[in-house]
Amino acid sequence: MLQIDRWKRILIIGICLLGLLYALPNAFYSRVEAHNDAVAQIEATGVETPELAAARDGWPSWMPSSLINLGLDLRGGAHLLGEVQVDQVYKARMDSLWPELRRALADERETVGAIRRVPSPEGTLAIEIGNPDQMARAVEIVRGFSTPVTTLTGAGQQSLVIQPQGATLTIQLSDAEKAVTDDRTIQQSLEIVRRRVDEVGTREPTIMRQGEDRILIQVPGIGSASELKDLIGTTAQLTFNPVVGSTGDADAQPGLGQTVAPSVDQEGLFYILEDSPVVTGEDLVDAMPATDENGLPSVNFRFNPTGARAFGAYTSANIGQPFAIVLDNEVISAPVIRSAITTGSGQISGSMDFEQANRLAVLLRAGALPAEMTFLEERTIGPELGQDSVDAGKVAAAVGFAAVVALMILSYGRFGVFATVALAFNMLLLFAVLSVIGATLTLPGIAGIVLTIGMAVDANVLVFERIREELKTARGPARAIELGYEKAMSAIVDANITTLIIAAILFVLGSGPVKGFAVTLTIGIVTSVFTALFLTRLITIMWFERARPKEIEV
Amino acid sequence: MAFRLKLVPDETRIDFFRWQFLTFGISTILMVASVMVVFLNGLNFGIDFRGGTTIRTESVQPVDVGAYRQTLEPLNLGDVAITEVFDPTFGPEQNVAQVRISAQDGAEAVTPETIAAVESALQQVDPSITFPSVESVGPKVSGELVQTAIYAVLASLVAISIYIWLRFEWQFAMGAIVSLVHDVLITMGVFALFQIRFDLTTIAALLTIVGYSINDTVVVFDRLRENLIKYKTRALRDLMNLSVNETLSRTVMTSGTTLVALIALLVLGGDVIRGFVFAITFGILIGTYSSIYVAKNVVLWLGVRRDWGKPDPKDPKTRRNVSPFEGAEEV
Repeated sequence: MLQIDRWKRILIIGICLLGLLYALPNAFYSRVEAHNDAVAQIEATGVETPELAAARDGWPSWMPSSLINLGLDLRGGAHLLGEVQVDQVYKARMDSLWPELRRALADERETVGAIRRVPSPEGTLAIEIGNPDQMARAVEIVRGFSTPVTTLTGAGQQSLVIQPQGATLTIQLSDAEKAVTDDRTIQQSLEIVRRRVDEVGTREPTIMRQGEDRILIQVPGIGSASELKDLIGTTAQLTFNPVVGSTGDADAQPGLGQTVAPSVDQEGLFYILEDSPVVTGEDLVDAMPATDENGLPSVNFRFNPTGARAFGAYTSANIGQPFAIVLDNEVISAPVIRSAITTGSGQISGSMDFEQANRLAVLLRAGALPAEMTFLEERTIGPELGQDSVDAGKVAAAVGFAAVVALMILSYGRFGVFATVALAFNMLLLFAVLSVIGATLTLPGIAGIVLTIGMAVDANVLVFERIREELKTARGPARAIELGYEKAMSAIVDANITTLIIAAILFVLGSGPVKGFAVTLTIGIVTSVFTALFLTRLITIMWFERARPKEIEV
Repeated sequence: MAFRLKLVPDETRIDFFRWQFLTFGISTILMVASVMVVFLNGLNFGIDFRGGTTIRTESVQPVDVGAYRQTLEPLNLGDVAITEVFDPTFGPEQNVAQVRISAQDGAEAVTPETIAAVESALQQVDPSITFPSVESVGPKVSGELVQTAIYAVLASLVAISIYIWLRFEWQFAMGAIVSLVHDVLITMGVFALFQIRFDLTTIAALLTIVGYSINDTVVVFDRLRENLIKYKTRALRDLMNLSVNETLSRTVMTSGTTLVALIALLVLGGDVIRGFVFAITFGILIGTYSSIYVAKNVVLWLGVRRDWGKPDPKDPKTRRNVSPFEGAEEV
């Protein structure tokens, strides 16, 4: 017989009311957003200004306050896909290994003979030794610098691959070590990008690893992708290098282990620098904009103890010599060391305005990227364009909804009204779920919602058409309704499972906006099946119990 | 008797096989033609798939495509496409154009200098011009996106045929696959013919079409399965006609509600997603057609085993064929 248990009724109505409750904040989007921001800020700073309190009280705190995230294409902002040049780290590792090896091998000069580094492909280190017959001993010494790598697959592998050939010893990182290094490089890069983006205090940036060596960065509200790139600083590497000499020739041939770097403020001036820096930006703990003794913009910085010690030792040993402050392979300034700097703090001055000083301080504070990033994909969407899309989507959804409702009521009369109520709750539930799981709504996602409006009634249509058929043969309206639901079931299940398969594939293989579409489509399928099978049925039964019609017309 | 809008009369007895050679012939010709158009005309790939940069411009003055082209010529950017965008949602002083620059040699993504050069050149033509969106995809990523897109479409076809095969029989799966390939190919053909931009969202649209079309096909198959049990001796062809006629009003109704919602989006949803919505709208029309005229024709030609009522215990093949109908209600 046509009936639903009381507790089931309570559950169905309860779910619908919860949907209403959780969808509600989206109707007051800007107010709730201000409330959430204010709460977060009060919590972070502990300071409660009247403005913040007013913003917070704009939305009752006992109400749900989760909102649907608007995707970049709706809110405006910048999107970057960067590839981290992990190979650069191999070179850096080899370059830093060389001084240590040189020291260790020099200690055994009697056996292995004179040593020198010879040119070799990037990421490898080639050492020529004086006594080739003592190669075994040299290999042994180098092996002392190799450590076992612990990975899931490469158990027992060493970190260095050492290949003796004639008088030359070639050293490079093993594949297992490279894998571990790559992972660390990406993690570091992620962290640094995150810190730099956080410095400008934007709302909800997305910074995540994608694939092996890529980083996806999405920052809403930022002006353009190139602004974001500047902020991340493709190669903002700060180093303090010893100066060998200066030249006016950009093509000057530096010695092995030396490079030529241009001066930032003096055109045509180039410095020849030692490759291995005294201190790097990694040892920097703080940097802030300041003014120098002439009242010009400058940046004050401070080293950590390791950096301070290295810097102190170098400056006390090289009084009267110049050293270079190098940023992005450009020499910002090359002051002469007047006295030993042991306090661990210093100042960079040069021709820059206050804004540049500020940006430089931000870059220094956030630290350097361990390797360069090349950008494979970049997108900028203006906020107005996003707002236009939201507005157009709202109008289209409203008109589409009205048209579907009209069609349903004209076709199925009273049952069309029931389906309309179900459709309205379907939309509420869809918005509620999207808000609660913090899903991101994209432009194709809006299309997914409109498509859901059109397709959601399908399950109802299947049932209503079936009831119509059953009315011709079945014994009485109650039986017809019951049979209608029963027999339409398998078609509803099959039809929706196939759509779910598609949505799952879209979700797994899609990216960004397409993923947003897959999410709304999936949730839309679930909520529409729920509302069609349970809510419409409940409404139908409640009406049936009250009216007790002798015959019904669908 | 209250008024009811009836898109389809209560009882229909249309013989959907009457013109089957014509309908299937047209479908075949359209599929072949689509493949040819795609190969001859090529698809108008967006930057997602071939790399490059698109810049959307917006200005108070009317768009002068010729002047834009002229100002960009000295920059030597290679293939530059400039199209004006029209949309009913634009205000009177909103003139929008799309500038597309092909991928520059060797560059993974476009350099900021190139974008800056293009923007300042355009600003010389029209000082009021703004750039609401700038998007750029490097050739490396675009190559991968093509691969992913092909995988996505193939994976969905395979996954769906497996599901249909499990739920029904392999002949049904074949019918479903043929109709899905039909829908996807013809939609791609239309995109190639009218040179509508084909990008990642178009792939999402194609998959949605696959989802919708299979939805329609499954409803017909489901009814056919029911009727096969109900009328054990009637000819397969008659049962197919009966099943399609019985589900016809549902098919038309659901397509109708979906189409009205989509048409609202097509007209009012703005130009940014128009290509996407157009693909879905067109696909729903073609998907509805294919579930009536293509899918079941294939099943009819392949034939369905009807001897499941008296399974031969010695033949494991027959026994397997019984299973899809087990537990179904017999009236």
